[in-house]
Amino acid sequence: MLAQFLIHPPIQLGPIGPELVLTGTAIVVLLGAAFNPRIGHSTLLLVSLLGLAGAALVSIGLWDWGGELTVLAGMVATDRFAVVARLILLGIAAMGLVYGYHYFRRSGEARAEFYPLVLFATAGMTLIAAAADLILVFLALEILSLSLYVLTGISARLSSVEGSMKYFLLGAFSSAFFLYGVAMAYGATGSTRLSAIAHALAGQTGSLGLALAAVAFLGIGFGFKVAAVPFHMWTPDVYQGAPTPVTAFMAAGTKVAAFAALIRVLETSFQPLTLDWTPLVWTIAAVTVVAGSLIAIAQTDIKRMLAYSSIAHAGFVLIALTAAGQDGISAALFYLLAYALMVLGAFGVVMLVSARGEGRTSLASYAGLYRRSRLLAGLLTLFLLSLAGIPPTAGFIAKVNVFRAAVAAGHWPLVLVGVLASVVAAFFYIRVMVLMYMQEPQDDAEPDRSPWPRVAVAVPAVLTLLFGVFPGIVLGVLDKAAILRW
Amino acid sequence: MIRLPLVLFFSAVLFSTGVYGVLARRNAVLVLMSIELMLNAVNVNLVAFSQFWHDITGQVFALFVIAVAAAEVGIGLAIVILIYRNRETINVDEVNLLKW
Repeated sequence: MLAQFLIHPPIQLGPIGPELVLTGTAIVVLLGAAFNPRIGHSTLLLVSLLGLAGAALVSIGLWDWGGELTVLAGMVATDRFAVVARLILLGIAAMGLVYGYHYFRRSGEARAEFYPLVLFATAGMTLIAAAADLILVFLALEILSLSLYVLTGISARLSSVEGSMKYFLLGAFSSAFFLYGVAMAYGATGSTRLSAIAHALAGQTGSLGLALAAVAFLGIGFGFKVAAVPFHMWTPDVYQGAPTPVTAFMAAGTKVAAFAALIRVLETSFQPLTLDWTPLVWTIAAVTVVAGSLIAIAQTDIKRMLAYSSIAHAGFVLIALTAAGQDGISAALFYLLAYALMVLGAFGVVMLVSARGEGRTSLASYAGLYRRSRLLAGLLTLFLLSLAGIPPTAGFIAKVNVFRAAVAAGHWPLVLVGVLASVVAAFFYIRVMVLMYMQEPQDDAEPDRSPWPRVAVAVPAVLTLLFGVFPGIVLGVLDKAAILRW
Repeated sequence: MIRLPLVLFFSAVLFSTGVYGVLARRNAVLVLMSIELMLNAVNVNLVAFSQFWHDITGQVFALFVIAVAAAEVGIGLAIVILIYRNRETINVDEVNLLKW
């Protein structure tokens, strides 16, 4: 009995290199700002970006990992899926940092904590993408959630604090459900390791009832994190209340991270129960795309509208998940990449139109935007077209891939629902375009004309077009990454 | 020795009490306490299953849960204090600036 405790697993830190770099940078930035309050925020931004770049390099180095499938006692997976998810998340974090630097400087709320908090949240996000044990999934989920609760409330505005409280209460509530699911999975199989759960379920050595309860509770927990209907209530409040750069970062980052974890959990540990969870995912996907698209029509605030649109997009990724296997995972990864690009871009434009703080986020402020700033109107048009799924943008290719994978798996009624929901969704995206081009400006407020943030917003725009016209340049990589090794 | 189903039943009741508390209580601190109740129900489950499988993982996990719950309460209370300073209330129904 004692010998069992004395055997300790070999420690290979390589596969968690990106997280080590991220947390290391975060601590350096945190201490640097604490001990030298006069330090310039541009320095903090630069160090943080260097940390992200370092983490990205380490991740790329893991692409050809030849060692074991999981390291650190089966906690961390070393597959290419984790590498690709990490790279997407690191890119999102870089955009979030650049936005935040600009936004908080302009709104006069510059706080040094912003940079380390984003880095810690990113470390949680990248870790969850590589987590091969439910304990690590939970820990990473909490690392990213706790950082995001604070980030949401980082501004002194009341709506920011209120969003933070709602996010916290519902987030902690959903974490408890998630944990209950983990406990059930552990009870059913005697292990929290994803591969061991899969073996136990495949061999029927576990209790099926407990395993199904585990799927249901884990589904509720993940449903909250990815903002799927009916667990979406926090999304619009939090997206509207949080400072826009934080919204951009968390809208893109949380969704990618939570879906990466959901894909891994469903496709590895609960793969023997695929027939049981597919109807569940099917139903939630259908309800999510329809409800998200319909409620978005009624919104009068662009951040709330984009929040409901992000709910609908979560539904489309869930459609990809109903098509289990490599096709589905590859389609989901491309969708998440495209979604991250367009949501970062759209919130970037919202930040620039608002000019200072959160002053003008109502849809009415977008009337006649074309007269005031052709560039911003053009960029927003591109992102809205991509969100609506109109060629030649990445959003279109992403939707086609998802629908193709789902049809191939025989879920054509779900695809039909998805297509109809996209038609409904196109209405409110196009309504914003009509406002921008065909109406007179209601106020003569100037949008933000700083050059660098515009360059930053142009980056996702270029990539959206690039992946829309030449999707082949990433699809090959994503296909290779869509095989989960465990 | 206590039988497993009995423990599972107890933890289910504890968890449900927590869920009820979160949904019914309007005071943010009481909501926070109800969430703690749910987390402790999970801990009871984990330890019971750990005993059942003769496996240490569940107990280690319970320790992780306790640590994370402490961090969560820290942040949660900070947010509640921030709300109280702004609004002089911690009733979650009165904090309703954002709605659709």
